[in-house]
Amino acid sequence: MKLHLKTGVMAAAMALGLGASAARADVEIEYWQYFFEARVDAMDKLIENFEAANPGITVKMTHFPYDDYRTKVAAAIPAGEGPDVVQLFYGWLNDYVDAGLIQPLPTDMFPPEKIDAEFFPMVQAMKRDGQYMALPTAVRALALFYNKRLFEEAGITTPPATLEELVADAKLMTKTDGAGNITQEGLTSGMTGQDHHWLREVLFRQFGTPPYNEDGSVAYDNEAGAAALQWYVDLQAKEKVTQNTFMDEAQAAFKAGRAGMHIDGSFRIGALKSTRGLDWGVAELPSGMGVQSNYASYWVNAISSKAEGEKLEAAEKFMAYITSDEAMQIWLETVGELPAKPTAALTPENEADPVYGPFVRGLSYAHATIFADESGQRNVLVDAVNRMLLEGQSAADALHQAAMEEQAILDKYNAK
Amino acid sequence: MSVFRDPTIEQRRIRWAWTFLALPIVFYVTIRFWPTADAFVLSFQKWNLLKPREWVGFDNYVTLWNDPVFWKVFRNTFVYLIIGTPVSLVIAFIVAWHLDKVRFLHGTIRALYFLPFMTSAVAMAWVWRWFYQPVPIGLFNNMLASLGFSQVAFLNSTSNALPAVLAPAIWAGLGFQIIIFMAGLRAIPVSYYEAAKIDGVSGLTVLWEITLPLLKPTMVFLVVFSSIGFLRIFDQVFNMTTNDPGGPLNATKPLVLLIYQTAFGGSFEMGYAAAQTVVLFLILLIVSLIQLRILRDR
Repeated sequence: MKLHLKTGVMAAAMALGLGASAARADVEIEYWQYFFEARVDAMDKLIENFEAANPGITVKMTHFPYDDYRTKVAAAIPAGEGPDVVQLFYGWLNDYVDAGLIQPLPTDMFPPEKIDAEFFPMVQAMKRDGQYMALPTAVRALALFYNKRLFEEAGITTPPATLEELVADAKLMTKTDGAGNITQEGLTSGMTGQDHHWLREVLFRQFGTPPYNEDGSVAYDNEAGAAALQWYVDLQAKEKVTQNTFMDEAQAAFKAGRAGMHIDGSFRIGALKSTRGLDWGVAELPSGMGVQSNYASYWVNAISSKAEGEKLEAAEKFMAYITSDEAMQIWLETVGELPAKPTAALTPENEADPVYGPFVRGLSYAHATIFADESGQRNVLVDAVNRMLLEGQSAADALHQAAMEEQAILDKYNAK
Repeated sequence: MSVFRDPTIEQRRIRWAWTFLALPIVFYVTIRFWPTADAFVLSFQKWNLLKPREWVGFDNYVTLWNDPVFWKVFRNTFVYLIIGTPVSLVIAFIVAWHLDKVRFLHGTIRALYFLPFMTSAVAMAWVWRWFYQPVPIGLFNNMLASLGFSQVAFLNSTSNALPAVLAPAIWAGLGFQIIIFMAGLRAIPVSYYEAAKIDGVSGLTVLWEITLPLLKPTMVFLVVFSSIGFLRIFDQVFNMTTNDPGGPLNATKPLVLLIYQTAFGGSFEMGYAAAQTVVLFLILLIVSLIQLRILRDR
C-alpha cells in the first residue's frame, strides 16, 4: 500500500516536473543488465512502477549471463546495436566515456551539486568536467559473515572487533585431523574472492599505507604494505587458521558450515539466505590499529550515445526513476544491495537491521578503488600471495613485484 | 552470352554444381577465411572494441617477445604436447592391443573406455577438480589421509598442477584413440600372423615386425590429431582452475587460455590477442607440416 502511494507521488512529481512532454506517442527504450535473478526481479518491479507512472513509455529489459555481459556490451554499443540505458561496472566507465559511447546526464535533471551532496562521496568518480556521466542505484560493501553455531560451540559471544580478536576467534574455531590437515577453518581466505579488496582498501590502510597515491599510482610498496601482506599470509602460514584452497572456494566453505568467518560483499546475502540450515550473522569488518576501512563498489546506469530525441528523453526519465530513493529501497529489499545515497541507506531502520546494518555502517568509511583492469589488478595480488605461499618469496619482494606489475597495468591504461 | 541462353548439358551441370557449392563457399569465406585474414591484420593494430582500430606496426609482436608470461605459456603448451601425445598414444595402444584379444564382454569394456570421450569436457574437468581438492572434500587426498599419507597439493602447486590438469585430458581422449587403434589392428591381414606362427616367431617380434609397422598410418593420424588437440588445450585447464585461470602462477596456462584472457579477460587487448593467435597458427602449421612430411616418407 505504501508502495502504491509512493508510486502515485512519483507519478505526480514526474508529470509536474517534466512538463507536457510526458504524454506522447509510445516510445520503447531498451535496458541492459547482466543476469542475476534478484537484480532482474528488482528491475522488473522498477520498470513496472516506471511504466505505470509514465504512460506511453515502455522499457524493454535484456539480460545476459555475467560472463558474456562485458563483451556483449562492448561489442554492441560501438556498433550502435546496444541499449539506450545500460548498466556498467563503475570500473569500466572511463573506457566508455573516452570512446564517446556514453552521454553525460543533463545538468537540469541531474544537478551535479545536488548529486555531490546526496550520494556517497565515492560516486563522484563518475563525474567528468562537472557533469555526471552515470549514476548507481545501489552500492556494495564488505562485511564479516560469521557462523552463529560455530561461534556458540567455541564460546564466542560477540564477533571480533579488531584484527587481534579476529585471529584469536579464528583459532578457537579451527579444527584439524590427526595429521594436521584443516577440516574446519576459523576464517576463510582466498585472494581470488573478495580478499584482494580487503587487503587493498582495508588492510593496507590499517597497517599505515594508502593503496594508491593521489595521482592514482601504486603507493603500497613500502614497509607498512609488506607488513599487511605478511599478516594476511600468516593467517595461513603461521596462525594456521585458514587455507586458501580449502573446499575449493571461500564462500563454499562458509556455506557448507565448515568455516567460522568469511569476508564477502553484500551481494552474498541472497545466496546465504537461501542456504538451509546455516545460521549466520554479519558484523562490520574488524578494525586494525584503530583504523576502520571498507571497500565499496557499484554498478552504474548510463545513457548510451545511441539514445536520441524521444528515446533520449524517455531514457533520462528512466534514469531519474532508477536512481530515486524509492528505487533504491526496492533494490535493497529485492537484491540486498545498499542504497547509493546516505539519506536512503542510513535510515534508522536500515542501520538497525541485523544483516544490512553492518554493511550500511561500513559504507560511511568505505573506499572505491579506481580500477583500470580489475581482473588484471586482482591477479597481481593473487600471484603475490602465491609466490609467498608456494615459492617462499618474502613479503617485501612479493609486494615489490606486485607493485611493479600493477603500475605497469595502470601505465598502459593511462597511455591509451 | 549463349551460355545463358542455350547451355549445353555440360554447362548446365557446371552451373548447378556452382550453385550448390556457392553456399558452403560463401559460408566458409565469411565465417572462416575472412575472420582469419582479419586476425592477421588485427595483429598489427591496437583495438579495445570500443575505440576505432589504430595501426601500431610490430608493437604487439615486440610486446609478445618481451613478455615473460608469454614464454612461460609457450613452454607449458609444448609440455602439454610432449607429455600428452606419447603418453596417451602408448596407453591407448596397450589397451587396444589387449582389448583386441579379449572376447569376454568385449563390447562393454570398449564402451567403458569410450564413455569419457563422449562426456562433456567441462563436466569432466569439474569432477576431476573435486577429486583433486584437499581434505575434507577431495577424493584422492581423503584416500591418502585415511591411509596415513600426507596430502598432495595437486592443483595448488606450481609443479604438480600441469600434470594434474593433463591427466583427465589424456584420459578423455583415450576412448577415441583406442577405437582407432583397434580398427587399425583389425585391418592387418590375419595371414601375416598365421605365417609368423608357422615360422614360430615370438610374440614380441610379431608386435615389432608386423603389428607396429603396419599400424604406421593409424599412428600418424593419431599423432597429428592428438597433437593439435593438446596444442589447443583449453576446456580442462580453464574449468579446473577457474578461480585463477591457468594458475597458480601461470603454471598450467596454455596459449589458447592466454589468448582468451588477453582478448576477453578485462582489458580487451584485441590486437595483442590477435598477435598471440598468429603465433599459435604458425605453431599448429609447423607441427602439422612436420607430421605430414613424416606421413609422406612412408
